[in-house]
Amino acid sequence: MLQYIFRRILEMIPILFIVSILIFYFIHLIPGDPARLVAGQDATLEEVNRIRENLGLNDPIWQQYLSYMQGIIQGDLGVSLKTGLPVTEMFANRFMNSIYLTFASIIWALIFGILIGTISAVFKNKMPDYLGMVTAVSGISVPNFWLGLILIQIFSVQLGWLPTGGAEDWKSYVLPAVSLGAGIMAMIARFTRSSLLETLGADFIRTGRAKGLKEFILISKHALRNSMIPVVTITGLQFGFLLGGSVVVETVFSFPGMGRLLIDSIAFRDYPVIQAELLLFSVEFILVNLLVDILYSYLNPKIRTSTA
Amino acid sequence: MKNTILQVERLQTEFTNDKKKVKVLHGVNFHIKKGEVLGLVGESGCGKSLTSLSIMRLFKGTTARISDGEILFQKNKEEEIDLTNIPEEEMRMLRGKQIAMIFQEPMTSLNPVMKIGEQLTEPICLHLGYGKKKARTHAINMLENVGIPRADEVINEYPHQLSGGMRQRVMIAMAMSCNPQLLIADEPTTALDVTIQAQILDLMRQLQQDQNMSMLLITHDLGVVAEMCDRVVVMYAGKVIEEASVLDLFESPKHPYTKGLIASVPKIGNLKEKLSSIKGRVPTPENMPEGCKFAPRCEEAMPICFQKEPATKAFKGNRHCSCWLYDDEMRDVSV
Repeated sequence: MLQYIFRRILEMIPILFIVSILIFYFIHLIPGDPARLVAGQDATLEEVNRIRENLGLNDPIWQQYLSYMQGIIQGDLGVSLKTGLPVTEMFANRFMNSIYLTFASIIWALIFGILIGTISAVFKNKMPDYLGMVTAVSGISVPNFWLGLILIQIFSVQLGWLPTGGAEDWKSYVLPAVSLGAGIMAMIARFTRSSLLETLGADFIRTGRAKGLKEFILISKHALRNSMIPVVTITGLQFGFLLGGSVVVETVFSFPGMGRLLIDSIAFRDYPVIQAELLLFSVEFILVNLLVDILYSYLNPKIRTSTA
Repeated sequence: MKNTILQVERLQTEFTNDKKKVKVLHGVNFHIKKGEVLGLVGESGCGKSLTSLSIMRLFKGTTARISDGEILFQKNKEEEIDLTNIPEEEMRMLRGKQIAMIFQEPMTSLNPVMKIGEQLTEPICLHLGYGKKKARTHAINMLENVGIPRADEVINEYPHQLSGGMRQRVMIAMAMSCNPQLLIADEPTTALDVTIQAQILDLMRQLQQDQNMSMLLITHDLGVVAEMCDRVVVMYAGKVIEEASVLDLFESPKHPYTKGLIASVPKIGNLKEKLSSIKGRVPTPENMPEGCKFAPRCEEAMPICFQKEPATKAFKGNRHCSCWLYDDEMRDVSV
């Protein structure tokens, strides 16, 4: 298993290399002149040219790429054109904020999604199933910014229990996490239900009943683990997207996360920040994929023995 | 103390399809004696498996329901209980402990994501109250008893690492682990290779004799019946139509259906003749014919067969058969 993980991490290197070239190249296709943006509207042509020279923007693109990569290997992601701060410094807080928010959203979505899905499957076509599925459909249908606004209205404005925004303590994470996780929770609930229903019809469940097992043990120990593969798949995908930050929810809650930073940087043509952020997302996505694959092999021993 | 471990009386089981009730078992009667292997034979769709599921009350997830009759089980020396009306919790504690079951599909009957050991120790811990360690030792013993080599390694393996025959051995070990009084085997060898079939049957016979356990063996393979059973019950369209000892049944089958079944077994050295078969197929529960259910396919059918169901008649040597042919009065009428 360890060998497998090690091999997968080694495989990341060429992938990231190609991704970095693509990112670098495509960003330079964006129209607009960063030197002009840095210099400001009133700067003279001379000033702009000087800045361009300083930033190395006159070098051939491969040379710019090489010097950029050199920096990355040394842990230097460059300096923001907009703020003049090192990119790593700009990321520090926002990155952790986004990580916390992502985990908070995914964890509550997983807990409630699996719970609702399981109850729906066990009470198929009965009242709890209908209630669960109505919840799930609502969760998918409601746009998360709207849910965010409603939550702010109820819990911040009227009840005053939770802050309307920011990322100071755990309280400020509750509402954004709920709004972000609602759709994912709903999806997980639906996948759990259908997958569990299929598993509950399997022969080995009948074997379990013939052994005299309690229904609760049969479902929690035998059926659920067999039903988790599709759930892990979609959770992994959503996880990757969430790590990239959610622009809409971050805006609604004025949450200092990665999503808003990216949008701001794109608007300003802040090349180093955009590049660093995209590269970081790629790493995160690849890592999440690796995690999903490891979980697969845990859930299905057949995969484990064929990869080992 | 009675000598019967299980007595099935007038058992009726029905399904609900689109709010319509469809009766599949039409009053099944038979009994199993202590230490006896009873064969339950019939074509596909005649209600063999449903009978076994009715005994175990394994109806969860289906619409099946026992609508009438009783299933008397000799729980211990003093107590006889009716399995059709004990509470579910009591029934659950019987399953796997006193009545165990082996299924047809060894490939899918084991949980693919749990180790053999985990699955094997579950009923042992549950019913015998053993701790983890003791249960594990017991499980290894059981695996050795069913002839699994390197049992102490297999216990840490997953089902997909074992062959079909091995998996069925594991299923047998699991079923036997709590020393049940009655083992129901629903086509235990149908999905296996012929050579493996013989091994598994030998094993089951041997274990059954060692423990003097009663067994209900469901099969459509008369070869298996001849090899394994003491007595045979022949079912057709949700009813028992003949019951006899194995020797009697093969020597002088009474019901035309039984005769047909026996005639359709291929015989060595009989290469020229075409294999005989019974024409038509088992009627579906929705379109049950009037009178004797077998009449439309019967070569010896008489007018009365299409009008009235024959009663079950007792014969010498503890045999039973439901057929108008053995009703002298009726025969005279038809002649």
